[in-house]
Amino acid sequence: MKVRKIVEKFTEGLLFTSSTVTTIAVLFIVYFLFKSGVGLFSESPVEQGYTLAVNATNPVGALNAKQIKAIFNGDITNWKEVGGKDGEIQLFTLDELSSAYTEEQLGANFEHIPACVNDYVSKNVNVFAFFDSKQFPANFHGRKIKVPKIGVWDFLTGREWYPTSVPVSRFGVLPLILGTLLVTFIAILFALPIGLITAIYMAEIASDRMRKMMKPVIELLAGIPSVVYGFFGLVVLVPAIQKVFNLPVGETALAGSIILAIMALPTIITISEDSIRSAPVALKEASLALGASHWQSLRLVVIPYAKSGILAAFILGIGRAIGETMAVLMVTGNAAVIPHSILEPVRTIPATIAAELGEAPFGGTHFKALFALGIILFIITFIFNSLVELIKSKNSK
Amino acid sequence: MKKSLIAMGLVVSMMLPSVMSAQKVVCKIKGSDTCLPLSQKFAEVYGNKNAGSGISVVGGGSGVGLAALLSGTTDIAQSSRKMKIDEKLKIQETGKAVKEVVIAYDALSVIVNPSNPINKLTREQLEGIFTGKFSNWKQVGGQDLKIIVYSRETSSGTYEFFKENVLKKKNFATNALLMPATGAIVQSVSQTKGAIGYVGLAYVEKDVKALQVSFDGGKNFITPNVENAMSRKYPITRPLFYYFLTSKEAAFKPLINFILSSEGQKIVLAEGYVPLS
Repeated sequence: MKVRKIVEKFTEGLLFTSSTVTTIAVLFIVYFLFKSGVGLFSESPVEQGYTLAVNATNPVGALNAKQIKAIFNGDITNWKEVGGKDGEIQLFTLDELSSAYTEEQLGANFEHIPACVNDYVSKNVNVFAFFDSKQFPANFHGRKIKVPKIGVWDFLTGREWYPTSVPVSRFGVLPLILGTLLVTFIAILFALPIGLITAIYMAEIASDRMRKMMKPVIELLAGIPSVVYGFFGLVVLVPAIQKVFNLPVGETALAGSIILAIMALPTIITISEDSIRSAPVALKEASLALGASHWQSLRLVVIPYAKSGILAAFILGIGRAIGETMAVLMVTGNAAVIPHSILEPVRTIPATIAAELGEAPFGGTHFKALFALGIILFIITFIFNSLVELIKSKNSK
Repeated sequence: MKKSLIAMGLVVSMMLPSVMSAQKVVCKIKGSDTCLPLSQKFAEVYGNKNAGSGISVVGGGSGVGLAALLSGTTDIAQSSRKMKIDEKLKIQETGKAVKEVVIAYDALSVIVNPSNPINKLTREQLEGIFTGKFSNWKQVGGQDLKIIVYSRETSSGTYEFFKENVLKKKNFATNALLMPATGAIVQSVSQTKGAIGYVGLAYVEKDVKALQVSFDGGKNFITPNVENAMSRKYPITRPLFYYFLTSKEAAFKPLINFILSSEGQKIVLAEGYVPLS
């Protein structure tokens, strides 16, 4: 008697611990994601350890990241365009320094660089200098340019994604968000009807033998590594789309959507089929006894009964599609532009994180920006799930 | 008597390998995918020659390798770009010093679809194409066909090198397609008519066409090949680096010496890279 009690207590404790540990682990991961991502908004877009400066007489005191990028890209060439006096902007970096001064002037160990920088900036009225912060002397005669920190609004509505651009990086995630939503939406548009039809066929119409053959094959689809799907897409689907639609380039949102739809199918089919099969036989028999045909009872009794299961399949399908990285990375072309049709290349959030996180310096601005992308993905999935829960609770009333 | 003989034999046989391979090196190499095939070959050949050596080679990208060196999870970082200032600053903060060795050179070829009649381009034309100023092959003397730009991902060392060397630090066009691997660029260029991309010399194959390039305004067009890269005539050539902590220099010396020897540099050539001399 006592032993049984102890065993019961022990089992209870075990169950409690394992579920607590799981919850804590999930919370910890979410905490880590937010902690790393939110840090982005206290960062300056200028490359770490560098400073931008102008001549002391230059009225320009602050520039935003977009203007600086345009200047270094050669799109803005006159100070007038950024609120200064008329004069051609003169870029001054290490390259110009080494051609403006002799090695002797710079010093054997380059110890005179700060003095040279100071000299050059004070002599040239239209200079725009970009140097390692340590190369600016304490008694610097020019003025250091203020660059505003990366803002939440800029981040969300920016249209340029140049995470490694020098001297300022640009983090505009609007094209990435739209790309992700587009690819996911189209994928669900393909996967949901096909998945549902297959599930109904397998649960209600197929013979036992047929079902026994189909089920393992479909479940096998879930076991194929996503990089294999990606490669299949790149060598088969991409050229096919290019030919069929007569496009200049085959890596498109459509290719990504089709691959994702195929990948989401096993989840949708398996779960929907299980929930359709779990409809009580008594319900179906009652409907048939009332004179309804097989198809009518399926449509009016069985499927409404299985609705919540089908919804769950839908959520898990979306989850699979929206978070998928490797396959999408290989077939969508990854151009960070706002998509205007499904026959254009897009870049998704997961693909961006997967492609760039490996190379981003740990703890740097780019690293934090990728975690901020992770937060956005988390929020999108969260909204999806809550919406479905809401619909579900309304339906069950 | 017999027992002690056996014991002695055991001791001797255990000591033997370590005596034979005073040159043995045990280390981890991590980083650039460009260097990966080369480092793997070095590890294989060196391991066969010097019993007891264990050199494991992992890719992941130049940034990953350097970050791993900082955190002490790798011994040697292989990199296709020079260390950045902020990476150097971080090393300095930990009070350690890093040694840099150039192990080989790599030349980038600009590739197009074989059906494209264009055979050569100047640097200025390349800049225009990759920054999006030119969007049709007509603008550089080709057919009336849309230009599709393929590039590596922004974080790859190859991307940075191409941007600095060919685009003069200007940014790539926003509509450039960024591919996760060099193999994917070759695949896509081979199946897309208007495509242009850049890959390491070793990756050029018959399904794509490598262009001659001119960095002197169209006076001399240079074919990308090992010979021209070795003589530095071919302009898009970059060094490949190994980085390790100076405190461990002595331990890795045999391996580095082997790589820089004529035998090591032969491997470089055989693998499709450009030897130092």
